[in-house]
Amino acid sequence: MVATSYAVPSIIVFVGAAIIILVGAIGVITFKNPVHCALSLIMTLFGVAIAFIAQQADFLAAVQIIVYAGAIVVLFLFVIMFLGVDRNEHVRVEPLVAQRPLAALGVVITLGGLIALMAESHWVTGVMSASTNGKALQSGQANVHQLGTAVFTTYLFAFEATAALLVIAVVGAVLLARRERTLQADEVEV
Amino acid sequence: MNVPASWYLVLAAVLFGIGAFGLLTRRSALIMFMCIELMLNAVNLTFVTFARTLSDIGGQATVFFVMVVAAAEVTVGLGIVVAVFRRRASTSVDELSELRG
Repeated sequence: MVATSYAVPSIIVFVGAAIIILVGAIGVITFKNPVHCALSLIMTLFGVAIAFIAQQADFLAAVQIIVYAGAIVVLFLFVIMFLGVDRNEHVRVEPLVAQRPLAALGVVITLGGLIALMAESHWVTGVMSASTNGKALQSGQANVHQLGTAVFTTYLFAFEATAALLVIAVVGAVLLARRERTLQADEVEV
Repeated sequence: MNVPASWYLVLAAVLFGIGAFGLLTRRSALIMFMCIELMLNAVNLTFVTFARTLSDIGGQATVFFVMVVAAAEVTVGLGIVVAVFRRRASTSVDELSELRG
């Protein structure tokens, strides 16, 4: 495996995306102000979108920007401002003894296991998948076509189930965040 | 030729590790949710990498569903945070100890 067999632009894109992703992720777990954490999260999400585009997942990159950076992080920011918790959290306080070293140890063990698993396994068989009829993945408009065909044929049941899930989630969120008005209504009637 | 899949897989694994570490150490429920988003994004990156490597659109379709589930999870989770904050005026998960025996 010679490093020069890979195109230089793809290496540059990978390194750039990796830097954006990792700097943003470290920012999320180190910043004290939740607003700064949310902005770092946007940075990471953009980096992941770059990695998606570099791997022929154009539609998912667009969805990543629109849904994650555009909706989910805005929801986070909205809740942060709604609750007024943009004051600093006590990051230095450590209520549980040796929690951080233990967490770091667990993460290092997990990471080591994952990377060792990757180094050991041979997952690339060279055989094309049946779901794309033996065709390679395409980028651009053809990617949307392929993904749409898969979602609306093979994964139709899962697609309908996610629709039901979203409705349930919205109703549940409204029910959770609603103020209890029943007592007040009784008081007004009495 | 594109960079090998293992580079992206290692990047995704490191991103997952950072998210897991933040989830285990931070106290604010909001930031814990953000760390869960980091971990979900790491898994999405893995799925897209395998979709590219194996030329299987199913990986990308799975990422699509993961995004929908993540959106639902954040919606309900932040609803719970708002409901808890209304009672306790705090988002720290350490203070939620009513069920302690």
